[in-house]
Amino acid sequence: MKLNELTISELRRFLDNREIKPQEVVDDIYKRVDGVEDNVRSFITITKKEAYEMAADAEQAILENKGSLLTGIPVAVKDNMCTKDILTTCASKILHNFKPPYESTVTTRLKEQGYILTGKTNLDEFAMGSSTENSGFHITRNPWDLDCVPGGSSGGSAAAVAADECVAALGSDTGGSIRQPAAFCGVVGLKPTYGRVSRYGLVAFASSLDQIGPITKNVSDAAIMLNVIAGHDPLDSTSAPINVPDFAQALGQEIKGLKIGIPKEYFIEGIDREVEDFVRLAIKKLESLGAIPIEVSLPHTGYAVATYYILATSEASSNLARYDGVKYGLRANGKDLLDMYMQTRSEGFGAEVKRRIMLGTYALSSGYYDAYYKKGQQVRTLIKQDFDNVFNDVDVIVTPTSPTPAFRVGEKAADPLQMYLSDIFTISVNLAGIPAISIPCGFTKDNLPMGLQIMGRHFDEESIFKTAYAYEQSTEWHLRRPSL
Amino acid sequence: MKSGVRSQGSGAGKYEAVIGLEVHAQMLTDTKIFCGCSTKFGSEPNTQTCPVCIGMPGVLPVLNRKAVEFAVRTGLALNCKISPYSRFARKNYFYPDLPKGYQISQYELPICEGGYVEIVVDGDVKKIGITRIHMEEDAGKNIHEGGGSYSFVDLNRAGVPLMEIVSEPDIRSPKEAAEYMKKLRTSLRYLGVCDGNMEQGSLRCDANVSIRPVGQKEYGIRAEVKNINSFKFVEKALEYEIKRQIKVVEEGGRVIQETRLFDSATGTTHSMRSKEEAHDYRYFPEPDLVPIKADAKWINEIKDALPELPDAKREMFVSEYGLPEYDADFLVSERSLAIWYEDAVKAGGQPKAVSNWMMVELMKLLNDENKTIEDCPVKPLQLARMLKLIDNGTISGKIAKTVFEDMYRTGKDAEIIVREKGLIQISDSSEIEKTVDEVIAKNPKEVERIKAGDEKLLGFFVGQIMKATKGKANPQMVNDLLKKKLQQ
Repeated sequence: MKLNELTISELRRFLDNREIKPQEVVDDIYKRVDGVEDNVRSFITITKKEAYEMAADAEQAILENKGSLLTGIPVAVKDNMCTKDILTTCASKILHNFKPPYESTVTTRLKEQGYILTGKTNLDEFAMGSSTENSGFHITRNPWDLDCVPGGSSGGSAAAVAADECVAALGSDTGGSIRQPAAFCGVVGLKPTYGRVSRYGLVAFASSLDQIGPITKNVSDAAIMLNVIAGHDPLDSTSAPINVPDFAQALGQEIKGLKIGIPKEYFIEGIDREVEDFVRLAIKKLESLGAIPIEVSLPHTGYAVATYYILATSEASSNLARYDGVKYGLRANGKDLLDMYMQTRSEGFGAEVKRRIMLGTYALSSGYYDAYYKKGQQVRTLIKQDFDNVFNDVDVIVTPTSPTPAFRVGEKAADPLQMYLSDIFTISVNLAGIPAISIPCGFTKDNLPMGLQIMGRHFDEESIFKTAYAYEQSTEWHLRRPSL
Repeated sequence: MKSGVRSQGSGAGKYEAVIGLEVHAQMLTDTKIFCGCSTKFGSEPNTQTCPVCIGMPGVLPVLNRKAVEFAVRTGLALNCKISPYSRFARKNYFYPDLPKGYQISQYELPICEGGYVEIVVDGDVKKIGITRIHMEEDAGKNIHEGGGSYSFVDLNRAGVPLMEIVSEPDIRSPKEAAEYMKKLRTSLRYLGVCDGNMEQGSLRCDANVSIRPVGQKEYGIRAEVKNINSFKFVEKALEYEIKRQIKVVEEGGRVIQETRLFDSATGTTHSMRSKEEAHDYRYFPEPDLVPIKADAKWINEIKDALPELPDAKREMFVSEYGLPEYDADFLVSERSLAIWYEDAVKAGGQPKAVSNWMMVELMKLLNDENKTIEDCPVKPLQLARMLKLIDNGTISGKIAKTVFEDMYRTGKDAEIIVREKGLIQISDSSEIEKTVDEVIAKNPKEVERIKAGDEKLLGFFVGQIMKATKGKANPQMVNDLLKKKLQQ
């Protein structure tokens, strides 16, 4: 038995029964990391020393019967979440040496539940991208096909889970950055409702869209992870002061009579044939389990990508202003202050980050604000209303996660617009602030995984878990492993 | 109508100035506006900082409710409407003292709008409109010292809560501007929301100034004057700027829209940046903070807890205590002064007597040591009791001055000083009569002269008697007795 291949619930049982020790789990994790990391390259920083220290603590806790949800469970964390005294780079040269003197709320909560940090995972620089090719350090490859991208921006976390280099991971999702890589890597990825999980310590890309969520090997592990990280945080004013249910309770509930919306705007020309076929099969499967599919319309879907690239870049242009070489991170030499700013930001940021800063700066400029940012906010409201209307009639909405399976490394790197369209099915969810999950729903003839997206109402992750779990339990896609 | 700029040299009478002030007031909260760091002034650089106010990656602001309360309190006192729904915005620009690369401020929906302040200029009451009051965070400070090719940044001030109080362009002269500033400062200090210290930068003033021919309705092109960093410079900077603009126009030129810096050393303003070089701040709603909802109940609680403001106090001092306007104006100029005064009157001091003693003796002692009423070693009750001693004839007004000085130096009660130093007034007529007789006997020549009609010499005799009694003789009795004896 290779312990790194197990799920959280399986490990929990073995650990609590003292059949295995946390150190043994960590041993197997790093054995695997040593074996595959040269090819996959999921991590920016591997925290082996810290992991064994945390394993020792976990063992102690278990011996004292003080084990909790994640005691002894190896979790990888996307490198845009701050971990105290541990390098946190956002995959950017501008933060190549940044060790935060504080801990993000999510990792604090993981710590409180006894987790073991295996490492900080790769991403598109500042989470801007859909392939992890925009990392300032190196690219990550898809464990199912090393010639393909793992998706992005949480590509390192998704690849690490798919390659069994960790048991679960945290990602962040601004326009699909958890769900799309989860789909590409054949794992489960959940973006919770905006406000469900604290953003404190998550390095901001677009503050009104960013949300942290789990990437796991199955649906029940996602529910466990969300149980740990969800809930109001006084350090994040936008985290919702509402009660958090036990999401594990939703698992195993019947979906008989559940109304699932099938938005016609998501089955469009350009969508990959195999993706469409498997998603339609998945809907049939749900129907066979008692759910009632209803065709619905989200009429403003076509504006989502444009709206997103106005609003997200506007916020990003402001959020990234703090990387100026004055206080931390990279500082280039300059002949005066302005020159130092320009040299630092020229050297420190990659091409995609610069492109988005310029787009956002433009959209907020005096004289253009009304035409771009303000208009974008108005369209965002319309998109939100689309979902409100549809959720009057259905309980969840089911769509493909991405129009295609994983594409090849380099295939879209030169064409930003093509790259942006890769998030066409995930972006609306962030604009509306609702939760959505991606779960495996089949494999192409080239053996690449595909994802089924299930969206829910605001703060109704339970309906998503219920639906996803019912589907997962009636299929075996989630049990497949890449042969690395 | 308005005379403000008539003294501004040739051609000045033809123009009137139009001035609007933007006043930044640091709020007296214990902690910063978006984190828990202390706001104390004058600490070692960067000792009052945390990841939030340093602008580290991934941290988030959390609004200090006290700052909102202070802004609402100010808005209510300045007759503003309090917005039930307001929000923060980001003002984006690069500068080393601005750690996030943006300042969290308010833009479209400020917390207070549409108020006014009443000022008195040359005996006339005038209303100066308040456009808006908004909240924002202060920046840090760049420190240029050591002579190297670099500067230091102190972020202790970064995140200290500010209110920006924006006036309507209702001000017509430097004098009105100074009165407005004075009034604002007094009000802010009464409200306990700002200490009003311009030299330390807790109160700052930028002025928008333009001129127009008298009688013209449209405004002229305005210049913004920054860096007016002391109370005494408000009038000076504006006088210069108005004079400068008039000169430009008189010489056939045109005033241009620009930002100008006041230089206190030369008393002049010089161009800092033109309209073309002005920043584009790219304001947009702050996504890290939720909108501020100020409900009516909370606003009413703040309203009910408002202290009495200077105008109301002045009115009360005149109508209830019968003080002259001059006294009342002085006493309400500082809340602490007014409170001290009221306490002394409540302790039994006769209102006008208390006022006289405060304005003359007490202020002299305080000013000599550069102290304020807060540091005064004499308590209001002690003054009231000393005045009692004068009233009941225990000490004379003259002796009282010495006693009061002693009270100030030692903090002792008047009664104790009088007893210890044996200063009780002699009101025993036989004892006084004895001294009077002695003095008359010693000065026969003077007696003759006074009897011959040289009335001025009466003062000489009084002086001699007071000297002999070490000032303790009741002056009225001395006068009466002297007159009686010398007429014999």
